[in-house]
Amino acid sequence: MDTQSQVVSRLRSVFASGVTIPEEFRRAQLTKLMSMIKENQEVIVKALHKDFSKPKFEAILSEVEIVVNDLHYTISNLSSWMKPEYVSKNLATKLDTCFVRREPLGVVLIIGAWNYPVQLILLPLIGAIAAGNCVVIKPSEISAATSSLIAELIPKYLSQDCYAVVTGGSEETKSLLQNRFDHIFYTGSQTVARSILQAASVHLTPVTLELGGKCPCLIYGRIDMPAAARRLVWSKFFNAGQSCVAPDYVLCSPAIRDALLPVIRQTLEDFYSKEPQSCPDLSRIVSPRHWTRLMELLGKSGGKVVIGGESDEEDKYIAPTVLVDVAEDDALMKEEIFGPILPILTVESLQEGIDFMNRQERPLALYVFSDESHIVNTVLENTKSGGFCSNDGIVQMTLPTLPFGGIGASGCGQYHGRWSFETFTHRRGCMLRGWALERLNTLRYPPYTESKLSWLRWSTSPESTCSLM
Amino acid sequence: MNENDEWYRFVFKMSREQLVVQQARKSFLTGKTKPLEFRIHQLKSLLRFISERRGDITDAVKRDLGKSEKGTELFETLGLEGEIGLAVEKLAEWAAPRPVEKNLLTITDEVYVQPEPLGVVLIIGAWNYPWAITLQPLVGAIAAGNAAVIKPSEVSSHSAKVMEELLPKYLDKDLYPVVTGGVAETQELLKQRFDHVFYTGNSTVGKLVMEAAARHLTPVTLELGGKSPCYIDKSCDISVACRRITWGKFVNCGQTCIAPDYILCEPSIQSRVVEEIKKNIKEFYTENPKTFEDYGRIINQRHFKRVMALMEGSTVAAGGDSDESQCYIEPTVLQDVTGESKVMKEEIFGPLLPIITVSGVDEAIQFINEREKPLVVYVFSHNNKLIKRVIAETSSGALLANDCLVHFTVSTLPFGGVGNSGMGCYHGRHSFDQLSHLRSCLIKQLKMEGINSMRYPPHTAKKLGWARFLLLKRVNVCKLRRMAMLAMLAGLASFVVQRFLR
Repeated sequence: MDTQSQVVSRLRSVFASGVTIPEEFRRAQLTKLMSMIKENQEVIVKALHKDFSKPKFEAILSEVEIVVNDLHYTISNLSSWMKPEYVSKNLATKLDTCFVRREPLGVVLIIGAWNYPVQLILLPLIGAIAAGNCVVIKPSEISAATSSLIAELIPKYLSQDCYAVVTGGSEETKSLLQNRFDHIFYTGSQTVARSILQAASVHLTPVTLELGGKCPCLIYGRIDMPAAARRLVWSKFFNAGQSCVAPDYVLCSPAIRDALLPVIRQTLEDFYSKEPQSCPDLSRIVSPRHWTRLMELLGKSGGKVVIGGESDEEDKYIAPTVLVDVAEDDALMKEEIFGPILPILTVESLQEGIDFMNRQERPLALYVFSDESHIVNTVLENTKSGGFCSNDGIVQMTLPTLPFGGIGASGCGQYHGRWSFETFTHRRGCMLRGWALERLNTLRYPPYTESKLSWLRWSTSPESTCSLM
Repeated sequence: MNENDEWYRFVFKMSREQLVVQQARKSFLTGKTKPLEFRIHQLKSLLRFISERRGDITDAVKRDLGKSEKGTELFETLGLEGEIGLAVEKLAEWAAPRPVEKNLLTITDEVYVQPEPLGVVLIIGAWNYPWAITLQPLVGAIAAGNAAVIKPSEVSSHSAKVMEELLPKYLDKDLYPVVTGGVAETQELLKQRFDHVFYTGNSTVGKLVMEAAARHLTPVTLELGGKSPCYIDKSCDISVACRRITWGKFVNCGQTCIAPDYILCEPSIQSRVVEEIKKNIKEFYTENPKTFEDYGRIINQRHFKRVMALMEGSTVAAGGDSDESQCYIEPTVLQDVTGESKVMKEEIFGPLLPIITVSGVDEAIQFINEREKPLVVYVFSHNNKLIKRVIAETSSGALLANDCLVHFTVSTLPFGGVGNSGMGCYHGRHSFDQLSHLRSCLIKQLKMEGINSMRYPPHTAKKLGWARFLLLKRVNVCKLRRMAMLAMLAGLASFVVQRFLR
């Protein structure tokens, strides 16, 4: 069994051989990845169910279909993404060929997370393969069943020379990071992200960090309450709230809160029945440790539980829970909740809501529910977040054409679709000059004179072409 | 810093750097930089600064690097003026929302990417082109709507002083403060929280900058260096090749991050190469470069000693003369250098041009690939196949065939390194994008709730089928429009036939 360093240096020699570069190779590997998912849909769903009782519907939509969709998109666009991009020039370089070439980085590392263990490994992997790299894949040990399934399936379908899966916990990850990679793609927490950045700086390795944060959901103004409640409940309790883009907390006026609560209650009943614990469409918490963390948060909170609150330790079950009278310094507001607990905080005005959100760290996503477009625009223009969605939650990440990533504490870099390809690509500026017209070049050689300077000023400006035409 | 600031700092036990960053952030949060008119106004002021203070700038560079006035204009201010002009012209286009393809579920929604400012950016400049390298990132920072703390290199001390004194007279001094100082001040700055750090310099310090930024999870752009190789194909026009290489190498006394660091060529042409370079040195810099206005100096004693020491153990084929009191090193060519020579152990960043002989392009490619990825690979050849091979089989920030340096002037090409030579890129629109956050925006209505119900529990197989279709199938809106157009035309045609041609 190879050590980690042996794996990395083996991949490095494979990359140097150039086998991952041709388009046919990349396309073939992506097609095999597609087969891997389609042929193993059932076992993937089963493994996800084992890890956190993920309902089949959620598993298929958020782990299988989203990957298949990205694969289709990438495979059909790969040729055009790989083509050299010819760029416009100035007069001095008019006769030259200038283009940007997309080149692979080399050997890249993808570290997955446990909440969407398939998607969070495979979506970046699609980009890394499409861009022509060799990849080391490190799935999260917390989603144990799914991660071991991935470790088993990838070598069966993809080239074992070019793509290696490394398993293990935080110790193994730490030692893996001592190796030199050409890019590190990490999904997870801020704390670990810091140590990854530190390790990367030793080798000047660029990183993409997909972190989390508390995604606020502001509900304001005139509003279609039932529609808003359904979308809010769906996006909050999908995967039992364990989504990095789940609405973490709600901000609204006391009046909206009072109108919203009964509708949320009804919606929860419509979705998960009167006995959510026995409903197959509700997930569980991923591990006893996370269950305990959430229960402790609930315990420390000064808010009042108005919906739910039930739990079952053995089952790792927490009922969809809503709290009111939560203050800004409440325990539930000190960290990303990542669970089926929804605090509702009240604000008296739109500005107060905006100021509140701006006082917190920049989130991965920011949501506004309102039928009034000027309110949506005001929030959009006066806040910062990785992504923004009005009148819905989570769905902004299903579009492979939208860049998915954070800002500030929620991360750096973006992916999905072409953005994944670009993440694992070096854009190399290429210029091929001619040999003729050497006399023109004398303008730039010493001795420097005023007239030479004027000619150069004119010929190197971007407008010079227009004035000539 | 005025009296009030000093008092404030004393009371709150803040360092000068902390206060400056805090003020920049406060000013940024007022939203002043959002309107494009404000940004354009600042950019135009920057342009005015360069033209009105040309004398101060060229004077400072002369004292720092011994560069002539025209040399400064050519290599520092000309490019800057171009970048500013481009940003002013294109800002509205760059800053506009960028629509993206939708899926069926979002077909009636607005889906786009909105470029937004990052916040407060730190720009750490370098000493070799103290104005171009410090102010070009600033153009991008201002255009993208950020505040920027500018830290010019203390090594080019005259330029730093002039920047500190004069820039606040043209730019908003809270939003774009200049902070001077050495290592201690830079470290203090790096303790503060920025939304992006843009550093130009060497790889060693680059690692430290990245590490410091890691504490705040701050993204970085690192424009570093490396040894940019230059391969000369033996069957090319050696006279023209050497002319261009001589120019590229000895501009700014070799103190250019993209200077051709060393030459690779076959032994049969080495002496011809040496002769041609000698000839061009004489033509460009006269018999006595020391007295020639358009030949510069090494920045300081430390670098002078460093570069002189690199010559150890190598054969001088041309030049070699030096004068420590003036930090003068004659344009020098070294021949029969090997991979193990002292001069090959680090980026030269001086007017020494080593020639290493290789058996051909295969060995040259191998030699290049054994080393860290450089900022640029140069290849001189008439053979396009050979050039294509070098492109395909090496990796570098950029590749330039048959000339040196000039790719820098094409603002549509992303300028940056890879691996040890850096991360991120800039110039033109790339500066704007590098210092922006591209925020994905999905603007939905609360209507059409019926379709949404496909995704809500209780889950059924039928709902799953619909959800898959609506949520995940992408739609080519143009195709739909075209189809609708065709259908309309067909309808119109049939109407015309029925009405008029019966």
